[in-house]
Amino acid sequence: MTGDWLDIGWVDEIPVRGSRTVQVTGGDDIAVFRTAEGKVFALRDRCPHKHGRLSQGIVHGGAVACPLHNWRISLSTGEALGEDKGCTPTVPVKIDAGRVLICRASTLKAAA
Amino acid sequence: MEHRPIKTDADTRDHLVVIGNGMAGCRAVEELLARDPARYRVTIFGAEPRVNYNRIMLSPVLAGEKSFDDIVINDADWYAANGIALVAGDPVVAIDRAARTVTTRGGATESYDRLLIATGSDPFIIPVPGKDLPGVIAFRDMDDVDTMLAAADAGGDAVVIGGGLLGLEAAHGLSLRGMKVTVIHLMPTLMERQLDEAAGWLLKQALEGRGQTILTGADTAEIVGNGKVEGVKLKDGTLIPASLVVMAVGIRPSVALARDAGLAVGRGIQVDDHMVTSDPAVLAVGECVEHDGQVYGLVAPLWDMCRSLADGLVEQPTGYRGSVTSTKLKVSGIDVFSAGDFSGGDGCEDIVLRDASRGVYKRVIVRDDRIVGAVLYGDTADGSWYFDLLKKQEDVSDLRDLLIFGQSFASGGGAADPKAAVAALSDDAEICGCNGVTKGQVVSCIAKGAHSLDAVRGTCKASASCGSCTGLVENLLALTLGDDVQAGPKTMCKCTSFGHDDVRREIVAQAMRSIPEVMQKLHWTTPDGCSSCRPALNYYLLCALPGDYVDDQQSRFVNERMHANIQKDGTYSVVPRMWGGLTNPTELRAIADVVEKFNAPMVKVTGGQRLDIFGIRKEDLPAVWADLNAAGMVSGHAYGKSLRTVKTCVGSEWCRFGTQDSTGLGVKIERMSWGSWMPHKFKIAVSGCPRNCAEATIKDFGIVCVDSGYELHVGGNGGIHVRATDLLCKVATEQEAMDYCAAFIQLYREEARYLERTAPWIERVGVDYVKARIADDRAGREALRARFLYAQSFSQDDPWAQRAEGAEREHHAPMARFTPQEGFLKEEIGA
Ligand SMILES: Cc1cc2nc3c(=O)[nH]c(=O)nc-3n(C[C@H](O)[C@H](O)[C@H](O)COP(=O)(O)OP(=O)(O)OC[C@H]3O[C@@H](n4cnc5c(N)ncnc54)[C@H](O)[C@@H]3O)c2cc1C
Ligand code: HEM
Ligand code: SF4
Ligand code: FES
Repeated sequence: MTGDWLDIGWVDEIPVRGSRTVQVTGGDDIAVFRTAEGKVFALRDRCPHKHGRLSQGIVHGGAVACPLHNWRISLSTGEALGEDKGCTPTVPVKIDAGRVLICRASTLKAAA
Repeated sequence: MEHRPIKTDADTRDHLVVIGNGMAGCRAVEELLARDPARYRVTIFGAEPRVNYNRIMLSPVLAGEKSFDDIVINDADWYAANGIALVAGDPVVAIDRAARTVTTRGGATESYDRLLIATGSDPFIIPVPGKDLPGVIAFRDMDDVDTMLAAADAGGDAVVIGGGLLGLEAAHGLSLRGMKVTVIHLMPTLMERQLDEAAGWLLKQALEGRGQTILTGADTAEIVGNGKVEGVKLKDGTLIPASLVVMAVGIRPSVALARDAGLAVGRGIQVDDHMVTSDPAVLAVGECVEHDGQVYGLVAPLWDMCRSLADGLVEQPTGYRGSVTSTKLKVSGIDVFSAGDFSGGDGCEDIVLRDASRGVYKRVIVRDDRIVGAVLYGDTADGSWYFDLLKKQEDVSDLRDLLIFGQSFASGGGAADPKAAVAALSDDAEICGCNGVTKGQVVSCIAKGAHSLDAVRGTCKASASCGSCTGLVENLLALTLGDDVQAGPKTMCKCTSFGHDDVRREIVAQAMRSIPEVMQKLHWTTPDGCSSCRPALNYYLLCALPGDYVDDQQSRFVNERMHANIQKDGTYSVVPRMWGGLTNPTELRAIADVVEKFNAPMVKVTGGQRLDIFGIRKEDLPAVWADLNAAGMVSGHAYGKSLRTVKTCVGSEWCRFGTQDSTGLGVKIERMSWGSWMPHKFKIAVSGCPRNCAEATIKDFGIVCVDSGYELHVGGNGGIHVRATDLLCKVATEQEAMDYCAAFIQLYREEARYLERTAPWIERVGVDYVKARIADDRAGREALRARFLYAQSFSQDDPWAQRAEGAEREHHAPMARFTPQEGFLKEEIGA
């Protein structure tokens, strides 16, 4: 099944205030996050600092703290927050009847 | 219901046919009549056998606060007076757009010039076995209410599936009617679409306080019963008895008619800004429509839609532009309000006010000086004010500091400056509600020398309990002292005005049991904390409630969540425990096999006398652990804020200088203390003589054996700031050495701040304090030891064994795999 959106699974498969990954063959993983409020976001699973796996960080508010050096990365824009500077690509997400869909084109771009 | 003659031959006006005698359909007709009562001849078809009523008031009817007659919007006279033909109790089953007719189930056919579809929504029924049993119902119309009332008369147990607005209102009504109600909610937070975690927690407490059982994170497997419903079975096997099951898990726009007629349908019937569908003769309005990608489940948007629709029908088009919605829960005595977007995120600023004594939580979310969302619990008086500011996109920068206190405060007498507002308070105005401290008392305490927040808290107690008046006290300090205010206590993080010690003391004093509870009772200024306070709170609760507290995995650092150490390339290293540094051929073989099987690029002997396997991928961790477990090895917790290693030397068994069996003692100590969570990592060593080959004097707890017994050393550290231990005392027997060790660990666990190693902790409290508690106070020591061993009885489960058996496997497996060329493959994960 190809199309503009990739169906990656049920929202409930992502722990609240946690994340899961989507493996992209030949590229970086995409990290898919679910916040306390139940919003879902997707980013390249790579910190703009030294490439920490953002999917392994602590999710709080609308940000994730990178597990390596605790940079805080905005889930909606991928930008580092506070004093730190840097940005990781975001992937648009939509939820349809409990399924998580991520944008195919952005996935390819982010994973490249 | 009586059938009126639908056609009068003399009437040549255009015929408007409405399908749906609900809230939107009738409102649209009202709006039309208000603009041009003579323009259309109107016929309304309704599936329900009754006149138009206010659906949202079904909840008060169920709760016994209203009768059906009270909630009728338009009675039979209204239809008659306006010449409207109502066909009630006979649903439309087909639309023929070519012939411009509709046909009812009863066989009647009616032609139209304009058709309005207002069919609302259908309740979503989750497809579980037993969903069709008698006694399983939705909550949508008056018939459902009648069924519930009949069931309540018979008494017994009811289960409501779905802890959203509708489900909670149903549960409330049934519980008032005397049924024993259990709410089953899939998500961890009630009403998660309207409320954040903090407000959801308060709501859950309140409902439980009223005798309802609320099960969050509960997934329905099936509805059981023989001929009628008898209970609900959850995926975890729990069986809840029930003679009535109400499904309130969501609604779906009712689009079947429109779809069959070939109209454009997405999630709802697609309409333009004038509520016109893909066929210009057909309009649609209400919950059944999709406008600009949005569907709505509340009444407020319907009013806006109906206005635009009527403007279009009388050819004075205005256009509908979408709605911002707000929600209020209609459960008497529980005030909950939410509006707009409260997901936070970039450029968003959260303003949070918590008042534990009144059970109040307020959160306003501001972006670019505009309110974008609000969540209120306990005090919703200002809901409409916030909602108004939100809808008008008003600039709130001038109100910013006082916004959260509400309209009367923020707009009161030029008090845009919070300092001025505090200055204007009278001397006997109460500042601290928890401790009953007035402004005069705070000011005099500052005048007598309390020049910091901490000092004020320490003397007159203002803001020392829940902290919600911290801002007021800070303003009083600034007013009284100007620039002479001394910096306050170092707070745990930006989310709170309290320091670690205060938080811990209050957790114990107020017997708090969960992270949201701590955040509420201590007035956290953020909705769900941050990566500094969440792990700390998780630890403090774990330490305070051994065996009771359910660890919050999402509040742990990655290493503790994965039970391995993340490395800079994102792979993990795995360190199995080698008791006291001892190993044997089976273990070594198992390690060698794992290294080969999983292609680990490196194995290293660690400084802690064990082997570290590097380069393991996250997905392989459970399999690696399974193999190591099979050889009898358990997690070395090399990743945790917990006991790391007990390093030993060979001691009297082999060494010519050895005075005692340092190796044997090390093994016993490691068996006693492994698996315990600590404020920070904790290392132990045992040396067999003062030559100290195991380097015991730079460990958190070090034992140096001597001829006459055991010297106990504490607070040593390698690392950046090398610190040699302080001598705690000397004991005569091995058993005493172990008992003192246990007591010391527990003292550290209970009193050090999260992420404080023993060295800085001891420098802070002084070694004499530790000596007094451990060496001099026998009863105290024994109590500490007993508490440690009690806590240990719950913590010595090998986390690897649980993971290897499949616990929390979602931490390890990707959610999906995507191979661009070959399209998309969804991996099967779990079931
Ligand atoms: C218990 C309850 C409490 C609620 N509380 C609130 C609240 O507090 N605040 C809030 O904003 N909203 C609330 N709502 C939601 C609100 O009631 C709906 O948003 C609103 O009723 C939608 O109006 P509608 O006209 O689109 O649909 P409805 O009011 O459902 O009207 C649709 C009508 O069309 C009829 N119909 C369907 N198909 C056909 C057919 N083929 N032929 C003829 N007739 C047909 C149906 O029988 C129904 O009578 C509540 C809903 C419920 C059930
Ligand atoms: C004649 C005297 C000594 C003898 C016979 C001796 C013997 C040993 C032995 C057998 C070990 C290995 C212990 C084990 O890992 O189980 C060892 C380790 C060690 N010894 Fe000694 N030792 C002596 C003196 C010292 C002195 C004076 C020092 C320090 C100044 C010292 C520092 C160490 C250290 C640091 C280790 C651990 C090294 C590691 O783990 O990599 N030793 N010693
Ligand atoms: S510490 Fe003493 S007993 Fe232990 S190995 Fe070194 S010399 Fe021998
Ligand atoms: S790699 Fe993310 S903070 Fe350093």
